[in-house]
Amino acid sequence: MSLTLSGADWLALLTHFMSWSLLAVGGALTTAPDMHRYLVSEQYWLSDGQFTNSIALAQAAPGPNVLFVALLGWNVGMNAGGNAGLSSWWLALLGVLITIVGTMLPSTILALLATRWAHQNRERQAVRAFKQGMAPIVIALLIATGWILAASYGSSTKNWPLWLATAASALLVWRTKLHLLWLLGAGALLGGLGLV
Amino acid sequence: MTNLVPIQATAAPDATQTAYPKSLSDLFWSFTKLALQGFGGVVVVAQRELVEKKRWLTHEEFVEDWAVAQILPGPNVLNLALMIGDRRFGLRGAFAAFAGLLTFPLMVVLAMAALFTSISDLPTVQGALRGMGAVAAGMIVATGLKLIAALKNNVMGEAVCWAFIALTFVAIALLRVPLVWLLLSVATAACVWAYRQLGRAQALAGTP
Repeated sequence: MSLTLSGADWLALLTHFMSWSLLAVGGALTTAPDMHRYLVSEQYWLSDGQFTNSIALAQAAPGPNVLFVALLGWNVGMNAGGNAGLSSWWLALLGVLITIVGTMLPSTILALLATRWAHQNRERQAVRAFKQGMAPIVIALLIATGWILAASYGSSTKNWPLWLATAASALLVWRTKLHLLWLLGAGALLGGLGLV
Repeated sequence: MTNLVPIQATAAPDATQTAYPKSLSDLFWSFTKLALQGFGGVVVVAQRELVEKKRWLTHEEFVEDWAVAQILPGPNVLNLALMIGDRRFGLRGAFAAFAGLLTFPLMVVLAMAALFTSISDLPTVQGALRGMGAVAAGMIVATGLKLIAALKNNVMGEAVCWAFIALTFVAIALLRVPLVWLLLSVATAACVWAYRQLGRAQALAGTP
């Protein structure tokens, strides 16, 4: 995948990640569907596979899942550099810088201001209403994110083993205390052997 | 008077806050260690390290802080780190904790991506990532399912909560509505409804 990005495009990337930063109630993954819509379906800056692989790789790596945005930036930069040579590596690093700064800066400033304020006003009705009202929304957004990631592999009838793997993983994480690394390892093994 | 010592010793093991982050570097390395253990679900490691091992927070404080961290925009664990660092050392503490959580994991994930670029065309690697992606999708669904338990005492009542879950899921997962529209419509309605219910509950509690 190869593309050309202008300065305005990079700026658009930054401003979009900054606005997702402020919309990411319940964690950065809740904005993944919207990122997919913009980066893959509208701008064609990333392929479907690159998008899903970025999330899978960030989940496989240690650390906060939000680092998948760094990989999205990495891949946009790689695509902009034609996926070869030194220039694509520099553009990939630029992509990482833009997505990380865009994702972190607004939410961090807001978090510091808001936690100080909310701590002082935790008994207010509006503060409590916000917490209570957002709870079911946040939960549904997480489930929807998982659904969209699973659906990005294509039609359910053709890829039923993948859906089965997703369902089994959901059930095991929901109902058991099995270490997540075992599940990711099993997924990698089944996928690597071509079974799913 | 000698029996005072054993009493203190037995009182210690429950989850009372007994420690604070000692310094900025203590914050940085504690959160680095926590982040590098967190595969898939950092919140599990965060609870174990901050409450059970380091005792920087009690169980109650952790639940309260996590709720706020979750509701604020931005990565939950990063918000939690900011709050903990800020409380003890102000802005510098917030950034020490934040940097600890991000610096090394970012290097690891970029190294993985760089390696992946050179081998990404191998069908085995493609297959492995596809398999991991499917499993990761299931993990996210499961996290949502687990959190449904937290709605039991929600002021809106379980039926209304389920209605908001269904509306949000259909809008985002099936109709692919942009998130901002959902927040302006369904989420705002939920908050307004919760405000109303809280007001009613207070009025009821106020009548003799």
